[in-house]
Amino acid sequence: MAEILFKGGRLIDPASGVDTTSDVLVSGGRVIEVGSNLSSNGAETIDISGAVICPGFIDLHVHLREPGREDEETVATGSAAAARGGFTAVGAMPNTDPVCDNAAVADKVAAAARLAGMCEVIPAGALTKGLEGKYITPVGEMVTCSAGVRMFTDDGKGVQDSRILRRAMEYIKGFDAICAEHCDDAALSEGGQMHEGYYSDMLGLKGMPAAAEDIALARDLVLARLTGVRYHALHVSTKGSVELIRQAKAQGVRVTAEVTPHHLILTDSELQSFDPVNKVNPPLRSSSDVEACRVGLADGTLDAIATDHAPHSREEKESEFELAPPGMVGLETALALMITEIVDPGILTLAELVRRLTSVPAGILRLAGQGGPVAEGGVANLTVFDPAAEWLIDPETFVSKSRNTPFKGRTVRGRVLHTVFGGNLVVRNGEISPDYHAALSVGTSLGAQQ
Amino acid sequence: MSPNSVPNLPAGGADETGRAWVVLDDLDVKRALVRMAHEIVESNRGTGELVLVGIHRRGVPLAHRVAKRIAEIETIAPPVGELDISFYRDDVGIRSPQEISPTDFPFDVTDKTVVLVDDVLYTGRTVRAAIDALVDFGRPRLVKLAVLVDRGHRELPFRADFIGKNIPTSKMQEVRVHVLETDGVDSVVVYDPRTLGDGQ
Amino acid sequence: MMMIKHLLSIDQLSTDMIDLVLKTTDSFGEVGTRTIKKVPALRGRTVCNLFFEPSTRTRLSFELAAKRLSADVITFTADSKTSVSKGESFKDTALTLQAMGLDAIVVRHTSGGSAKRLSEWVDASVLNAGDGSNEHPTQALLDLYTIKQRFGRIEGLHIGIVGDVSHSRVARSNIKAMTKMGAHVTVIGPPTLLPVTVGSWGVDVSTDLDAVLPKLDIVYLLRVQKERQVDQFFPSLREYSMFWGLDNRRVGLMKPEALIMHPGPINRGVEIAGDLPEMERFIVADQVTNGIAVRAALMYLMLGGSQEPPPTEKV
Repeated sequence: MAEILFKGGRLIDPASGVDTTSDVLVSGGRVIEVGSNLSSNGAETIDISGAVICPGFIDLHVHLREPGREDEETVATGSAAAARGGFTAVGAMPNTDPVCDNAAVADKVAAAARLAGMCEVIPAGALTKGLEGKYITPVGEMVTCSAGVRMFTDDGKGVQDSRILRRAMEYIKGFDAICAEHCDDAALSEGGQMHEGYYSDMLGLKGMPAAAEDIALARDLVLARLTGVRYHALHVSTKGSVELIRQAKAQGVRVTAEVTPHHLILTDSELQSFDPVNKVNPPLRSSSDVEACRVGLADGTLDAIATDHAPHSREEKESEFELAPPGMVGLETALALMITEIVDPGILTLAELVRRLTSVPAGILRLAGQGGPVAEGGVANLTVFDPAAEWLIDPETFVSKSRNTPFKGRTVRGRVLHTVFGGNLVVRNGEISPDYHAALSVGTSLGAQQ
Repeated sequence: MSPNSVPNLPAGGADETGRAWVVLDDLDVKRALVRMAHEIVESNRGTGELVLVGIHRRGVPLAHRVAKRIAEIETIAPPVGELDISFYRDDVGIRSPQEISPTDFPFDVTDKTVVLVDDVLYTGRTVRAAIDALVDFGRPRLVKLAVLVDRGHRELPFRADFIGKNIPTSKMQEVRVHVLETDGVDSVVVYDPRTLGDGQ
Repeated sequence: MMMIKHLLSIDQLSTDMIDLVLKTTDSFGEVGTRTIKKVPALRGRTVCNLFFEPSTRTRLSFELAAKRLSADVITFTADSKTSVSKGESFKDTALTLQAMGLDAIVVRHTSGGSAKRLSEWVDASVLNAGDGSNEHPTQALLDLYTIKQRFGRIEGLHIGIVGDVSHSRVARSNIKAMTKMGAHVTVIGPPTLLPVTVGSWGVDVSTDLDAVLPKLDIVYLLRVQKERQVDQFFPSLREYSMFWGLDNRRVGLMKPEALIMHPGPINRGVEIAGDLPEMERFIVADQVTNGIAVRAALMYLMLGGSQEPPPTEKV
């Protein structure tokens, strides 16, 4: 493992409350020393003055598509996209094929991630078998397997049957894991293509009312209070949801919540293009919802930033709007979008953004060795980024296998320079280190079935 | 003077820029139409089975006027049809579509002697389109062509049977026929952009 | 006037352009009365009817329109649900058509926005023949023409659009077109079938047909899909026709000169009572006849013109 001295950067370490210029020396997979004017002692010195060095980012919510749709993404390519976006840990959603509803699939995903070695992947387990909403999954087996599953969700849809969800919550609580939900009353949003409102009315596309999310979340919060489970609301997108979470937190319900960059930036007016690249679930909402999410993020009602990175093939997104699957990629653009659209307008400080990307999600998942603190002896999971660097979002340059971003062609500020995962420099000067190119091109053991 | 304004000068007069010459004034136009009416009646030996078909736009008022003159000679006015040739042009897809005027035949053209009436005969392409359009309405016994002005430069092998005035022109020049009904004055004007001096 | 290359939405058309289309339609109406109902304007051009949703009427209308212009017509019908499962994306289909060197593609699709997407991938002119619940611009233009033919004007008329506005592309295009041309539009129907934000479209909104009927110059009935009842948008077809169906009693409430229109196909016994007799004011046949002329006029204006600025006119 490399010995690297990062010199002259601004260390933002939310876990220890540090925000100061400091050198960081990495060796043997660990942080060896933090301080000023460190000498290299033979280590490679990288001058990062003007840049920020912080714990590696954590994304609670990504879709890596492996197993099942390795044409869209693999654990290896998804890990590379994560690393390039500054992430050193991601939570992989269970809606793969087969579904991650047992320890065998979870272990295979985690093993593929270890093989790729670019990012920690923590598989999330399904709440119900086959995501069918009927039978609870072997939570205990998944929690105790080597993958260390700690979040359970049927993401992509919500559990519709309140009795089943209550059972799942009670059971999950027994293993001190997290119950996470994609809040959606399926009957209300059935067949929906976009947010229900002025634009869906104008375009004649079937709407998904905000009420479908609000109702499901309200029920979930009632059940979370009843069961005492640690509950996490995935990709919150409505004004009503933000208010419900705010109230629940005030009342002491154990609830955390995440919000995606796209729900903080884009509105349903984008759908006028009829380009399925803007189709996502939950859908892009109205401007008042976006505003409420921004306020909720700023006041801490919404805890973490998560991308809901959802790769889709070109063919699937080049189909008719109603036939195209929902989802957007997000790992490689998250930091820059958040700096440009959230930090620059003063909604969050840069240090607070880093906190929402590091120690906050680490705390939700209770991850060891992630999210800081950046201190002697700690695992070297670090991100270095230039908060001022401008660049143009060009999906053709993504290392993700998929290109489905609605932000194509935007000029943004903030660029990841280096990502250190387990002491290894996975990303150097914004690009994946050559050491990992082989892992990307051969795919992984699970990818062979494609 | 803008190309669309109408000089109201006696024949031979030019406007102050020297770019436009009036080659026929209102009296000249009247005389030409009277003469054409006589020739048409003479060649047809009366008005039997005779119909006039004006080609939009300025051919239509001219056809009605010729019909009126014929009525003054023969007491009976031949029926007048109106023909828009837009759908038959050979430059569809090249030039931007113009507003289309109504096509109206209050008679069956089959076995009639049809005199097509237009203002200017130039390349002959309009006549080609008009004949194509005409035969979609029936099978005339005879088709003849009457024009107020023949300015030469044919691109198709047509000649007019009845001509108000032959006006030798260069291709650079424009010949404009103005009629009372649409332009407020009867005149034929030649415009020459070369005398503009602004490089047009 | 520059004409548009693609016709995807009424939004693209200025009032001047609509006037030009309606004026040109007059000429094609006249062509339609000739023995030889055909002019050579688009000889050698190829028009493809691309139908992902069955609609014999609209397809035939476009086909006749193209043939009146002497264009060659080919038809491509496909099931909208199968293209992706076969592995061919909509774009692949578009590029296949592109390679065939077509001049115009008339597209009908179950999915909203498909005409717009197609227009981004092909060089041919795209005419939207109905996309999902979004728009059906040629229907709106033929309706405007039919109204103008009868009333001599559109401006100032009070038009009631009755029924399932929510799921209707005909309603969306017509509301845009009619309000653009100065008509006063009231939408009437069960509250479940009126878009929530319809009040912001520059129309009046009512659920009481009886109250509005006496004020209308035109009663425009929309087709009510029987499956809407299955989806509980209203309790029964009987109740629908009781409140929003046109029957003899309601015809009696109309102004004597008021007309009844319908985009077809009609659901007898739902939006129109089964025993309602044929009557002069029910002008569906005019709409169908005018449909051919309007579509011919559009194709002539869109394909017959140069997309470049016109060259200097020569006399």
